[in-house]
Amino acid sequence: MEDRLWDYIDGHSSPTERSAIEELLATNREWQQKHAELLNLQQLLNSSELEAPSMRFTKNVMEEIARYQVAPATKTYVNKNIIRGIGAFFITMILGVLTFMFTQFKWRSGAGSGGGSLNLPVEKLRLDRLENLNYSKVFNSTYIIVFLLIAVIAGFMMLDMYLQQKRKAHTA
Amino acid sequence: MFAHLVQRYQQYVFTLVMRFTDNREDAEEISQDVFVKTYRSLADFRGDAKFSTWLYTVVRTSCITFLRKKKLATTSMDNERTLSQLENRESGFNANTIEQKSKHAMVNAAIRLLSPDDGQLITLFYKGEQSLEEIGRIMSLDPNTVKVKLHRARHRLKEKMEKYFSYEVQDIQSD
Repeated sequence: MEDRLWDYIDGHSSPTERSAIEELLATNREWQQKHAELLNLQQLLNSSELEAPSMRFTKNVMEEIARYQVAPATKTYVNKNIIRGIGAFFITMILGVLTFMFTQFKWRSGAGSGGGSLNLPVEKLRLDRLENLNYSKVFNSTYIIVFLLIAVIAGFMMLDMYLQQKRKAHTA
Repeated sequence: MFAHLVQRYQQYVFTLVMRFTDNREDAEEISQDVFVKTYRSLADFRGDAKFSTWLYTVVRTSCITFLRKKKLATTSMDNERTLSQLENRESGFNANTIEQKSKHAMVNAAIRLLSPDDGQLITLFYKGEQSLEEIGRIMSLDPNTVKVKLHRARHRLKEKMEKYFSYEVQDIQSD
């Protein structure tokens, strides 16, 4: 009986159930008493007061939050993709220079000297050759100039993107 | 702006937390922690439920974590400490004020005699303006289960009130 009455009071009863209960409430004294009892409790619960914290509560909460805002994590204002892009750019630069350097050396297979010895396919590096290297030929090469131009422009673009990101994080 | 949210919901949060602990200092500490956690995870709020529903979920998980840490006992059926608090309440000269305060104090004291789950359920339904579905989301229960638990919680509350506050209950019923 109590569960049905609570459903009725809360408005969760189906229309059929509601009609049945209303009929019972009109005719049955026990149902009427129980209904009045539950309505009293309902009223008490509806009018109960909330408990209040101390007066300083809001201030304490905001002070605690302010402590977190003073030192935000770097991940909130540094975009990892930009860092990766800058890293890729420098690695590409280094690899490009190294590749160019290696293409300048003459690679020659070593002559066979009999069984048991290992013939390295690489000529022994001779650093004195670097003194005879024609640097003007290297830097006047069209391919080198175009590559360096692209690398410099890409570097500036990435720097600009990084600084814009940082500016947005500061204004936010 | 977050300060407005804190002011708006602080009483609801504090009342819900008081269903888990009788100690006001602990309740304030937990409530403060709830708002700080809410602020830090505002980006996680997807807006697929009411903000209050999401907030009360944080309240519940924080309370359970706190209880596990402190290993506090849940409020038992015969909480003599609560009864003694009632006996010590101040009397005033304004009969209407006393009557009003007695009624509210009695209801809150009776709710505190219930288990934390029952107390929280009743508070969420009557004061938190949460539907059965929203309460189910907060307490990780099916809405039908919430309905049954709510009925039982109210029944237990009525028993507590008749057992410990029979005089006040008769007084109210005679009004």
